[in-house]
Amino acid sequence: MIDYIMAFLVGGLICAVGQILMDFTPLSPAHVLVVFVTLGAILSGLGLYQPLIDLAGAGASVPLPGFGHTLVKGVIDEVNKSGALGILTGGLKATAAGITAAIVFGYIMALIFNPKPK
Amino acid sequence: MAKITQEQKDYQQLVKNVKPKPPYLKNIVMAFLVGGLICLIGQLILNFYISLGLDSTKEAPSATSATLVFLGAFLTGLGVYDKIGKRAGAGSIVPITGFANSIVAPAMEFKSEGYVFGVAAKMFVVAGPVLVYGIASSALIGLIYYVVKF
Amino acid sequence: MAVKKLGAQTVKFQNPPSIIATATVVGPVEGKGPLRNYFDLILGDFKFQEKSWEKAEKKMLKEAVEMAVKKSGVPSDKIEYFIAGDLLNQIISASFAARELGYPFLGIYGACSTVAEGLGIGAMLVDGGYADNIVVGTSSHFCSAERQYRFPLELGNQRPPTAQRTVTGAGAAVISTKNQNPRITYVTTGKVIDMGAVDPNDMGSAMAPAAVDTIVMHLEDSKRTPEDYDLIVTGDLASVGKDIAQKLMLQKGIDVSNKYTDCGLLIYSPEQDVHAGGSGCACAAVVTFGYIFNEMQKGRYNKILLVATGALMNSTIVQQGETIPCIAHAVALENL
Repeated sequence: MIDYIMAFLVGGLICAVGQILMDFTPLSPAHVLVVFVTLGAILSGLGLYQPLIDLAGAGASVPLPGFGHTLVKGVIDEVNKSGALGILTGGLKATAAGITAAIVFGYIMALIFNPKPK
Repeated sequence: MAKITQEQKDYQQLVKNVKPKPPYLKNIVMAFLVGGLICLIGQLILNFYISLGLDSTKEAPSATSATLVFLGAFLTGLGVYDKIGKRAGAGSIVPITGFANSIVAPAMEFKSEGYVFGVAAKMFVVAGPVLVYGIASSALIGLIYYVVKF
Repeated sequence: MAVKKLGAQTVKFQNPPSIIATATVVGPVEGKGPLRNYFDLILGDFKFQEKSWEKAEKKMLKEAVEMAVKKSGVPSDKIEYFIAGDLLNQIISASFAARELGYPFLGIYGACSTVAEGLGIGAMLVDGGYADNIVVGTSSHFCSAERQYRFPLELGNQRPPTAQRTVTGAGAAVISTKNQNPRITYVTTGKVIDMGAVDPNDMGSAMAPAAVDTIVMHLEDSKRTPEDYDLIVTGDLASVGKDIAQKLMLQKGIDVSNKYTDCGLLIYSPEQDVHAGGSGCACAAVVTFGYIFNEMQKGRYNKILLVATGALMNSTIVQQGETIPCIAHAVALENL
C-alpha cells in the first residue's frame, strides 16, 4: 500500500513543480519537458535519482525526469559491460520499449483516428 | 531583434499589471492530483508485471512504460487526452503518457498532408526536443563516467 | 491634389459607396453564441463536407461570397473585383475561393484586420470611379489556424486566460455605387504599431495600441468626436485588449466607455469556454456583416466606427525573438 501512496505523492509533486515552472516562468511546456529530461539525466549521473526510484517506484520513473534517468542508467550499465561503445548504445537500449511503443502506437492511432475540434 | 524602447517597456509593464493571471493554486493542485494519479496507475501496472514474474529492475519498468504509452496514445486517439490536459496542465504533460500524447497528436493532425510528409514527418515536432536533449545528455554523462572510471 | 484625403491617414468619400448586401457563414461554436440569429448559414460540423480544415475554410468563404452576390441582385458578370484575404500561408483560402469564383481578384493580407482593409480598398475603388460593384470577403477557421499558429488539436496543453479562440466563419459584402444605406463614409488606414509584445497567447494586449492609434488618428483627421458615433467597435481585442484600449484612450482624453465594444466579445457568450474571447479574420467580418449590418438596416445603429485589428506575425519570426507588430484600420459605416 505504501508504494502506491509514495508513487502518488512523489509523482504528483514532480508534476506540480512542472506546473509552477509553466505558470511562473516564461518557459513553454516544451522547454519544461526538455529541462526535466535533462535534469533527470544529470541527477541520475550524480547518483541522486536512483534513491528516488527506490523510494517512489513509478512515482519517479513515470514522470519525464525518469526517462532521463533510464537513459543514463542504460548508458552507465552498458559502459560497465562493454566499454566506450556503451556511451552510444546504452541509452536507447534501455528506453527502446517506450520509444518504439510511442512510434508504433502513434502511427496506429493516426491511422484509425482523426483529430476532433473542440 | 529590434531594440526595445522605453515606450515599449512601459506598455509591457502596464500589460503585466492588468492582464488576468492563470488560476495558480488550482492549476498546481490539479497538476499534483492528476500527475499523482497517473503515477499511481503506473505503480499498479508495474506491480502487476512484477507479479507475472518480470524482472523488477528492467523488464517490468519497460513493460510499464510501453503500457502507459499505449494508454496515452489511445486516449489521444479518442480525443480525451487534451480534455484531461486542459484541466491538469503539467499533471498530464510530464508523465510518459504526455510524451505519447505529444507524438500522437501531431501524427493525427497532419494526416491530411499524407503518411510520409504528414504523419511520419510531423510525429516528433513536439516530442523531438525531449529525445534530442535526453539522449544527448545521457551520452555526455556516459562519456564523463567512462573517462572518470577508466 | 488628393481632394478626398483628410489629414494624415483618412479618406472621406465624395459619393459614399453603399454596402448593398452581406452574407455570413459560421461554425458550430459561433452558431451557439449570442449572435446566432444574425448569421446566414451555421455549419453543423467543422469540415463542411470537405477533407481538410483548409478546404472547409475555403468553401465557407466561397459560400459567403456567392450568397452575398446573390442577395445583392448584381449579376455575377457585373462583379468587377473580388478583394479578399485570410490567415493561412499565402492567403490560400482567398485565392482558392477566387479560383472557383472566377472574379478579377485582389488578394490582401491584414491578418484579423482584413475585413476593414478590404472594405477600405473596395470603397476607394468604387468612389474613385474604377468599379460599380465589388465583393469583399474574408475567412478564418479554428482548426486551420491552430495547426498553423499553435499546436495540434489533440495536444493536451493548457491555455492561459489571455488566449483567444479563432472564429470559424466567413463573411462577404457587396460594395456598390447604388444609392442605398448603409454607406462607407470614411476610411482611416492604420500604421504598423509594435509595442514590444512577445506572447503569442496574448494578442489582445499586443493589438490594443494599434487600435487606439488608428482611432485617435481617425478622430483627429475627420475632426469628429466619439459623440459622432452610435458605436465604436474594435475587431478582436477581446476582454484583455478591450480593457487596455479603453485605458489608453482615457489617457489620451478620449472617453468611449458608454459606446465601445469589441467583436471578440460580442460573438461568444461568457459561458462558452473561449478564454478572453474571439479572434481571427472572421471575427470582425461575421459580426460586422451579420450583426452590425442588420442592425444598421433596421435603424438601431446609424453611425458605426469599425476598427478591425490584426497581429502581423507568424510563428517563425516569433521564434526568432521578434516582437509582434500590429495594425488597425478604421471604417466609418453610416446611414445617410
